[in-house]
This record gives sequence, C-alpha cells and structure tokens, in this order.
Amino acid sequence: MTSRSDATGADPVSDVPPLLDVAGLRVAFGGREVVHGVSLRIMPGECVAIVGESGSGKSVTARSLLGLAGRGSSTSVDRLEVLGRDLAGAGEREWRGVRGRSIGLILQDALVSLDPLRPVGREIEDALRIHERMAPAARRAHAVDLLDRVGMPDPAVAAGRRSGELSGGLRQRALIASALALDPPILIADEPTTALDVTVQARILGLLGEIRSRGTGILLISHDLAVVAGLADRILVMRDGQVVEEGPAGRVLRAPREADTRALIAAVPTDRPRGERLGISAPDAEPEAGAAGRVEASGPLGDATAVDAATPPVLRLDRLTKTFPVPGGRFAAVDDVSLDVRRGETLGLVGESGSGKTTVARLALALTAPDSGAVLLDGKPWSSAPERERRPMRRRIGAVYQDALSSFDPRWPVRGILDDAVRTVRPGAGRREREQRITALLDQVGLAASVAPRRPLTLSGGQRQRVAIARALAAAPDVLVCDEPVSALDVTIQAQILDLLDDLQRHDGLALLFISHDLGVIRHMSDRVAVMRAGRLVETGPAEDVFGSPRHPYTVQLVADAPRLAA
Amino acid sequence: MSELELRQTTVVSAAEHEAARPARRLPRVGTLLAVAFTAFLAVAAFAPGLVETHPPNAISAAEAFQPPSPAHWFGTDESGRDLYSRVVAGTGTSLLIGVTATFIGLVLGAVLGVLASFGGRVADFGVSRLVEVLFAFPGLLLALLVIVVAGPGPVTATIAVGLSTAPGYARIIRGQLVAIRSAPFVESARVLGHAPRRILVRHILPNALVPLLVLATLGVGQAIVWASALSYLGLGAQPPAAEWGAMLAAGRTYLATAWWMTVFPGLMIVGTTVATTVLGRALTRRDREVR
Repeated sequence: MTSRSDATGADPVSDVPPLLDVAGLRVAFGGREVVHGVSLRIMPGECVAIVGESGSGKSVTARSLLGLAGRGSSTSVDRLEVLGRDLAGAGEREWRGVRGRSIGLILQDALVSLDPLRPVGREIEDALRIHERMAPAARRAHAVDLLDRVGMPDPAVAAGRRSGELSGGLRQRALIASALALDPPILIADEPTTALDVTVQARILGLLGEIRSRGTGILLISHDLAVVAGLADRILVMRDGQVVEEGPAGRVLRAPREADTRALIAAVPTDRPRGERLGISAPDAEPEAGAAGRVEASGPLGDATAVDAATPPVLRLDRLTKTFPVPGGRFAAVDDVSLDVRRGETLGLVGESGSGKTTVARLALALTAPDSGAVLLDGKPWSSAPERERRPMRRRIGAVYQDALSSFDPRWPVRGILDDAVRTVRPGAGRREREQRITALLDQVGLAASVAPRRPLTLSGGQRQRVAIARALAAAPDVLVCDEPVSALDVTIQAQILDLLDDLQRHDGLALLFISHDLGVIRHMSDRVAVMRAGRLVETGPAEDVFGSPRHPYTVQLVADAPRLAA
Repeated sequence: MSELELRQTTVVSAAEHEAARPARRLPRVGTLLAVAFTAFLAVAAFAPGLVETHPPNAISAAEAFQPPSPAHWFGTDESGRDLYSRVVAGTGTSLLIGVTATFIGLVLGAVLGVLASFGGRVADFGVSRLVEVLFAFPGLLLALLVIVVAGPGPVTATIAVGLSTAPGYARIIRGQLVAIRSAPFVESARVLGHAPRRILVRHILPNALVPLLVLATLGVGQAIVWASALSYLGLGAQPPAAEWGAMLAAGRTYLATAWWMTVFPGLMIVGTTVATTVLGRALTRRDREVR
C-alpha cells in the first residue's frame, strides 16, 4: 500500500486527466429524484469513497456510473466522461463496451453475484471471452493468474470450484478477480467487505490497496467510515441523494465540517471506551424512532459498569461441549467452553463466523442440549433440567437475534408480538393493563406508540431490532443473550441500538451475553471479553486487558485487523 | 446492499409507469371478472329460480334440438329442455361436489400432514411412503378405483375425488409444518417460555394453514373438473339430474348436429375453474403481500 497524503491525485489542476469525471448527476425513479446533482472525479491511483447511510443514494450513484441505475430510472448529467470519452446520453450498446473493460464492479454479496452452478474460473473467463480474442487455453491460464494475483491460495484448484464451495472471503476474492479480468482502469466496489469477518475484511481492503497502487482508480462505497478510512484518498459523505461534505480523507476524518459526517464518525465503536455514547444527539438521526434518547441516563457513566467480581454469576456455562455429526466423525462446534456472566455486566463473545458463537448462545438459552458440561441459571441447573421445569424459568433469560424480522410471527403486528410476550409474565392481566405495558415497552426502547399497529415488515431495520429488544424486555429478564444484534445494521443505526442496550443495562442491571464478530462493537460494549476460535476459548479477561495487551496470537491478529478511523 | 435500498429497487420496478403504486392497490380486471362470475355462480347455486328462464326439467318435444336463440339462450336438448336453465340448475350440484371434495381432501391431508410432522420418525416415514404410493397413481385413476369399490353415484364420486386430492394436500401441509416448526419466530416463542400447545395453536397452525386455504380455492376448480369427468363417464351424477359432466355425456351423441349441447356445459366447467383459479391466485398474492 502506498502511503496516503491529502494531496494525492486530488489536485484538480494537475496535468493528468481524470479517469472518471462526473458533474451534476441526477437520478430519478418514476418522477421521484433520489440523487440530486452529484459530482465526482477519480484520478489514476486514487481511491474515492462515498459514505452514507442506507437510502442516501450512494449505491444508485455508483450504478449510474456503469449505466445501470435500474429499471424505470431516468438519469441526467451535466458531464460524464470515462477515460476522456463522453458518455452523457450513451446508449446501452456503448455502455456494454465500458462495463468490465473500462470500469469493473465489485458487489457486496459474491454469493449472489457469481453463478452458483459454474466454477469461478469459468466466470472469470467469461469476461475475457466477451471482450477479448484469446485462445481457450490462454484464457484459462489468465484466469488462474488473476486468482493468484488476488491472493487466492492454490489458484489452479480454486478456479475449478463453484462459488458455494468457497468461503466468504475467498468468494469475494474470486469476484474481485473477475472484475480485474480486463484490467479496467477504474474499479467500483460497492460495500465490498460488509458481509465479511474482520480479518478477511482487512485482507480484502489490503488487496484493494495493492490494486490502487498499480494505478487503478477506485470508487469505494460503504456505510462505515472506519472501513474506508484506511484506503480512501478522498471522501464524499452523502445524505438524501446529496453530497453534504467532500474533501481529502485525512481532513474529513480529523476535522469534519458537517453534522452528518460527525455522526458517522461518532458511530464507529472501535477504540471507544465502554460507557461512552456513540450516537450524537441528532434529533433527525432516525426520525421515525420517536424519542431516541428517551431512556434516562443515570449518574456518571463509570459507576454502573464496575461489577464486583465477587457477585455470583447469574448465568454460568461450565465446560460445555457440543458436537454435530459430519461425514466421517463428529465436528466439535463448542469445545470445553466455560463462561460466567454477572448481574449488570456485559460479557462480550467475539470470534469469526463458524467459530461456534451461535451454538454457545443456543446452549445458554437451552435450545439445544450440550454433549457434556452444564449451564446454570442463578446457580440452579438449567441445561440439565427437563423442559417442563425450564419453561416457567425461561422468562428470566431473553434473546435478541441478528435477523429480527424472521424472529417475529409474520402474521402479527408489533402489538401482537409484544402482547404475546407480556402474557408470559402477566397471564391474568386485563387487556387494558397489557396495552399500557406494551406502550411502556415501546417507550423504553425509544419507539412511538404509533408503531404498535404496524407490521414488522414495514419497519426499518433499526426499528425492528428495537421491537425485538422490547419483546425480550417484556418478561423483565435477568440475562439477555444478544446474538449479533447489530450486524445487519448501518453504523449509525448500530450506534443507536448499542446506546439503547447500554442504557437498559444501566437502568435495570441486566446481564448481557453479547455475541459479535465485530471487534469494535465488542470492545465498546463489554466489561469482559471472551475470544473464540474453532469452538474453543483462546483468551478471556477484562476488556481493557484483552484489547490493550492481547496475549494469544489470534487475538493480536484480530485487534490489528479491526478497522479504525485513525491509522 | 442494505435493505432500505433493496426496498427502493422494488418500488422502482413497480413504478415503471407513472402512478403504478396506487394502481397496485386496485384489483386487476381479470380478478374483477372472476369475482363477477363467481357471484353469478353463487346466485345460481343458492337461488337458481332468480336466474333460470325456464323450468330445468320441463320437456317439450316440439322444441327439441333448437340452436341458441333469444328464447333459449343456450338452445335446447333432445327433449326440448332449456339448456341455459339446466346449466344454472346444475351449478349447485357441481359446486357442492367441488367444495365438498376439496374439503374432504383438505381434512384428510391435514390429518396425514400433522401426523407425519408431529408423530415422530416412524409416523413420518409411514405417511410419507403412503403419500408417495398414492402419488404414483394418476388422481383420476385413484378416484375410479374408489368408485369400483363403492359403486357409482354423486356421493361416492365426491368422496372419490376428495380421496384422490388428499395426498397432494398432505405433502404440502407436512412441508409447511416442518418448515414453520423450526422457524426462528417459533424458537423465539419457546425462548419466551410458551407451552408447546400454545405455540402450535397460535403460531404454527395459522401460519401453515392459512396459505393452504388459499391453495384450496385453486383446488375447487380442479375438483369440479374431476367430478364432471366422473359424471361424464356415468360414474357420478346420473341423468336426468342436471349436472355439467352428465350433460356433456348426454350431448356427446349429438355432437355433430347439436354442438350447443356440449359446448355450453363445457364452457361452464372451464369458466368456473378459471374463475376460482384466478380468485385463488389473487388471494395468494395478497397473502404474500401481508407477509
């Protein structure tokens, strides 16, 4: 990676012509304009990042630069030049010559972007076949060479694999290889690492950095400023289809001028100590959410987070092992894991996908039985008790999942969902009392009472997660198991949900078992941290120790790979 | 891409032409036609006197084999009976057979499906294999088999059609139940500490059965066709009863000279099937939008 300076390629008066030059880009769908006059320019070897929340128009902007704004859209530009060629008003035929050859595209989800039935090598050869005359053998060799260049281990073998047979990170590499096939001078990467684990994300970002250093211009799209911070030379912050702030990356990150930029920076949880609020009290942050800051924060932040190590744990996992049958033996998803969670404390469980975190959550919730070991709730047997005895106790341990929507009965509105939960604690309560409780719960999670009759499908991701939290709180539990509760959310919405959980814990003394693959989130939320890898705990300890001076090499690697705002 | 943007794209494809969004709320022309036709069928079934123009069984030798005319809209048959009035009179029988047969199929399918999905591994194996064996027979053949055993007549024909549609419903119900039983929202209900019976009644069954009722609307049309086929073969409703399949059979002899005797009962069968299918599809779409 080349060292980044604020002036790199960003100088508009330099003699080198820009690779891409757009001015006054407007995109409208059926009379509704969603992008209002965006201008940007990419120089050779420069990475320009567009950052913004979902719906800010960043993806539509990127797609318009490929003539792919979508069906029913109308695009207009004052100027659109790609490699000095005027493409304003270009037809589909002209665009086809540009795509792949002049501009490559990398999308977020390689699983849907690659044909699942064909080997990835063939996908890459396709791009070559369409645009270039090459002998089949040469094409094959070139595809393997491309896979090698993106750091695919054993590229010749990988070329014969289908996308479903590759891990998420390798799949993303294959997708990047196919985007690089024709050596396009410009690469557009739309959320290229959003679905990936931190370590894999770091490698993909490193790879993009290498590609840039070879003179390719990159347009990077992300909702997360921390992701673009290490790579971008210039940053454009978008909101509601407009660029609200633009400048050299260092300046935008160090001295943001606009409130939107500051909110995006504040939302990044990495390196933010426990107890510090992530959301800037911007009243319009999530307008539909009602009073976002309604939960009263009590007292100085440091007090409540200090948990006496002598208090007995409310949830104790004791030497748990869980295996699943696989062809030729059994796979240990959880291998000798012991954890304690005390009242008012957050235990962060971090690890990559497939490390066994979710199995730990299911064991803690007694949704699956351990092969050996035991789960104790308040010192009493939990995992070993028969389900009939467990059922009345279940209200004491609640759950919040990553995908809130699928955890709601699709036929029910928010009111029904919460009512179902309220009935478990107050079976005899009258309709009026339950209705009051539901309103109180919605208020507690910062939602307006007007949300009650709506169906979850019509709510935003952040609102859905708030409803899920409200449902978990309905039974006034002692422990809340949160399995990747913010992984599907934008950073700004993520910040609000994390703040909410923090407030609720301080208010009710909840014990949280907080599971995430995102180290920044874990660091911000946890009093103590457990690092999990391949079913085993590799390191446990107070958050400051684990992150400040990690002992296990895997933890060291994780901490180093977490995206940061400041390099 | 984030979900919000995804939602935007769907809006976009819907908004291909101006004002496409409000238009989605209105039912389509086909649906309206189907509703109108079904309304007519309902009147014909429950109050045939309101739409009949002649007594359906009144014989008049002088008016035999008359082609369609203002006096006899669908013409007359070999005994001079007004075909339009007979078609109307047959609606009740045909619909009753179709609805009852579908109901029998649904109930039987539900029993088998619930047994397979909740009865443990042995029951699941037994039911699934049984359903597969039944699937191996064409539906109509299975119905014929039942009639061979039980003897012809409208009641046995109804039962026969119901029995032969049951395997299809059983398989769908089992699949629905198995999928929903392990759905995250059912697990959430377990985490809340709800009893299994409550989860079954409040979450699993409504989610599995409501889409099935929609599907059953589609099944009614099919059942009517099958019942008509049995009557045509002389195994269901018997002449002189005005039943569409039986009327088709009676008109068969005069196909060359009196086309109207077969065409109009046939059109009613086709029309009813199409109308219920269109309605069923409209309901399916709505159910999916609710989800």
